[in-house]
Amino acid sequence: MSGGQYVAAAYGAVFVVVLAYVAIIAAKLQRLERETVELLERVRPSAREEPAAGRTALYAGGVLQGSEAEGASE
Amino acid sequence: MGAAIVLGLLVAPEDADQGISQRIFYIHVPIALTSYFCFGLGAWKALLLLWRADQRYDLESYVAIHQGTIFGALTLITGSIWAKASWGVWWTWSSNQLVLFLVLFLFYCAYFMLRFSLEDGPRRARSSAVYALFGIVLIPVSFLAIRLAEDFVHPTVFTREGPQMTATMFVAFCVSWAAVTLLAYVLYRVELAGKRLDAGLRELREAIG
Repeated sequence: MSGGQYVAAAYGAVFVVVLAYVAIIAAKLQRLERETVELLERVRPSAREEPAAGRTALYAGGVLQGSEAEGASE
Repeated sequence: MGAAIVLGLLVAPEDADQGISQRIFYIHVPIALTSYFCFGLGAWKALLLLWRADQRYDLESYVAIHQGTIFGALTLITGSIWAKASWGVWWTWSSNQLVLFLVLFLFYCAYFMLRFSLEDGPRRARSSAVYALFGIVLIPVSFLAIRLAEDFVHPTVFTREGPQMTATMFVAFCVSWAAVTLLAYVLYRVELAGKRLDAGLRELREAIG
């Protein structure tokens, strides 16, 4: 190998290692983004459903659950 | 980084002794210095963790040492290529500088073995911090080995009389050093942000159930 090829090999090795590192970090950030979306999806439906399903209303004779409570509150 | 590559490969004059292979100097030395800096930063963060008992320093220390190990691996790779071009061998055990840097690199590789053999928590953070602090002793020894050694295998360009190179070479070196340090800093911030996000998501997942 000539001197120029050794220089190219040294700079190329640095480029490849940094590129691999950036690719690994990018893949990890993508995974984190997916997990964030999954967690948001898990939280959002329950946030919408909980008030309707879990809503209770007190009336003279006892406690109304869910849709009964909604009807009572209207 | 582009400016550093252009200066190192095209603008800086060719070395009279080593010829074109000396251009590896502009990437090898800045990477080695950045590696020392990252290990030093990791040890400093470890000291802060033990001193202030703040867990955020654990992650900062870990990421700095991780960066130092990556740049350390690059130092060994580029150094080996330069050694082959200049001395005709990929590695020589007769140079204290090379051997001590390898010891430093392997010491911090073992840091990850220790860290991942313990369960996540304050105990792991403290043990990792103590280990990282022990490594700080090796940094000045490795850095000064070339001046203490008398083998003259590894070249010394920074002496008490100043840098033994032309002004253009010195500018190319300084730009390369700044570029590699900036690269390391950006990678450090990105990795740290990723690790913090990961830890936050893990906590959130546990909280949601």
